[in-house]
Amino acid sequence: MSASKLVSVLLLIVLINISNNGVDAFHKIFKKLQSQSTSLDSVSPLHRTAYHFQPPRHWINDPNAPMLYKGIYHLFYQYNPKGAVWGNIVWAHSVSKDLINWEALEPAIYPSKWFDINGTWSGSSTHVPGKGPVILYTGITENQTQIQNYAIPQDLSDPYLKTWIKPDDNPIVKPDHGENGSAFRDPTTAWFNKKDGYWRMLVGSKKKHRGIAYMYKSRDFKKWVKTKRPIHSRKKTGMWECPDFFPVSVTDKKNGLDFSYDGPNAKHVLKVSLDLTRYEYYTLGKYDTKKDRYRPDGNTPDGWDGLRFDYGNFYASKTFFDDKKKRRILWGWANESDTVEDDTLKGWAGVQLIPRTILLDYSGKQLVFWPIEEIESLRGKNVQMTNQKMEMGQRFEVQGITPAQVDVDVTFNVGSLEKAEKFDASFTTKPLELCNLKGSNVTGGVGPFGLITLATSDLEEYTPVFFRVFKDASTNKPKVLMCSDAKPSSLKTDTGSDAKQRMYKPSFAGFVDVDLADGKISLRSLIDHSVVESFGAKGKTVITSRVYPTKAVGEKAHLFVFNNGSQPVTVESLNAWNMQKPLKMNQGAK
Amino acid sequence: MVTVMVSEGSIIEQTCKETPDFNLCVSLLNSDPRGSSADTSGLALILIDKIKGLTTKTLNEINGLYKKRPELKRALDECSRRYKTILNADVPEAIEAISKGVPKFGEDGVIDAGVEASVCEGGFKGKSPLTSLTKSMQKISNVTRAIVRMLL
Repeated sequence: MSASKLVSVLLLIVLINISNNGVDAFHKIFKKLQSQSTSLDSVSPLHRTAYHFQPPRHWINDPNAPMLYKGIYHLFYQYNPKGAVWGNIVWAHSVSKDLINWEALEPAIYPSKWFDINGTWSGSSTHVPGKGPVILYTGITENQTQIQNYAIPQDLSDPYLKTWIKPDDNPIVKPDHGENGSAFRDPTTAWFNKKDGYWRMLVGSKKKHRGIAYMYKSRDFKKWVKTKRPIHSRKKTGMWECPDFFPVSVTDKKNGLDFSYDGPNAKHVLKVSLDLTRYEYYTLGKYDTKKDRYRPDGNTPDGWDGLRFDYGNFYASKTFFDDKKKRRILWGWANESDTVEDDTLKGWAGVQLIPRTILLDYSGKQLVFWPIEEIESLRGKNVQMTNQKMEMGQRFEVQGITPAQVDVDVTFNVGSLEKAEKFDASFTTKPLELCNLKGSNVTGGVGPFGLITLATSDLEEYTPVFFRVFKDASTNKPKVLMCSDAKPSSLKTDTGSDAKQRMYKPSFAGFVDVDLADGKISLRSLIDHSVVESFGAKGKTVITSRVYPTKAVGEKAHLFVFNNGSQPVTVESLNAWNMQKPLKMNQGAK
Repeated sequence: MVTVMVSEGSIIEQTCKETPDFNLCVSLLNSDPRGSSADTSGLALILIDKIKGLTTKTLNEINGLYKKRPELKRALDECSRRYKTILNADVPEAIEAISKGVPKFGEDGVIDAGVEASVCEGGFKGKSPLTSLTKSMQKISNVTRAIVRMLL
């Protein structure tokens, strides 16, 4: 352990001893569920992130009820205070002034009443004029039914909103006989319709294999009735978890819109998380407030092949409207892809990805995402590379920074597209299959080129993030594949004969909708020990990977740019910054 | 006129047909008195119980091997850790998740049971005294996973 890390651990131990009042509030409330709790001083630093949102230990999953209140950002999240697997879930709570430094507070919501005695699962917050922020969340009852409840702050004058109360007139919504009580959860932020005076919100569900988002409306935020029709559903998609429904501006390319916006020049986004596939998809469309219907515009698939916020390890995402800076901000969770034993040993599992802003792309056909600008405040030493031509098979090291903890932003110029391989739609149109067939060391015409992250100097371990350009004869336009490939990321493997039982090192991929008219394409990666978050073409395609190198760690990790295509590619400009650790990252969390 | 009676098979048989090992699935579920009246969740929970039982059995076997095969101490230590994870993390997670209607976390736990068994087996580098037990775990994990998938 390096000296600075030793100091951090010692500081942590000191802080814990000061702040721990020794009371484990959950002892009496939870049933005797087994746990493998990790003591704080035995959390391993290996693979832990430096600047991503995490508590000091244990399991986390869905981000809940993100919001801005009295100038302070809040994030709640699903948390297991007793171990590094899912279970015993409570709403942990953190606050921040800048979305970068986070202070842990006491858990805000945990099982305590009949309507949530078996679980306090995901939900959202809504700013209700006259009431303040109201949280809607899923509670699990004694007989394992999923129902929706509300919670309100005990003290609205407390900007930290430390304490929440759950009034006895809960639940607000129970599944009716048409609804599946084991698949009925994740209430959204509500939006207000000025014309009829009703709030509306959604709850995720399914009927057999049809994913559904039921809609409920209320005048007073207490009595809710189901609307005649769900806002949307889709056959053969499976359970819809964590629905999110919000407007984006067609004309304003800088700012987001509030959930209740109902003016002109807007499209709506409906996103759902797919229980069956563990990824999400969204559609863009029109929300007719008079008829209370959402209709996708049909330009992108409405189903498993739909557009995604992130084509990698990214789930249970949730947006909120930052009223101060007029942004729509997206939170998403990435789980671990090592083994549970690894998680138990290291003492933690799960991270929240860096918050991203969401805007509608200039084309109007998709959304674009970008890390919040506040993340740039962590940038330290900067190194640059300009006009570095890369012939086939070449790679150049980015030196002078710490590759395991870095923000790198690069613009490539491919010059001519003449040498691009033909896009043969007959063998596959699925980006993931293409990426599996043609990895980073399969040569090509234009590409593969990109970054080699978290690498040993001789590429025994490495995680490439790269583009491969195809020529689509049917459109005469380039088809650009972006791939983030964990297959070579770690020497660690197990010897299970069944592929399902080996350590999970997936490739992730998505197409990037760019025409490369000027030959340029950009790639930005936020690299943080076991997370690689990559943004292609300024956020048109985003892919997050989790990796666990055994040798390419800490000071032994390297970062390269590379080209394995016959067309020379130039690194027009590359900027890499060391990323510092935030001063506050949930130290003292239970 | 000839009347032909076609038997559709019990729920156990119908469910097990959709798993990678029909015979194993049927024999495990039939051996449990709850099997004949269980729904899909119930069948999944029965198999998770079997995983739990096999884990305990394997841990006992591991403990016994320390004396008989002291040269294997390192690999046995690894296996002990792995199987304790199945018992203390994977099984409780799977039971809670399936009972409460978030089968995806149940799937995680069940898959991991197979993975932990694989890693344990791999530690002996081909000379494992636990092969039949770890192989059992992998097989049961695969069958259980297929049934949990049906709940998603």
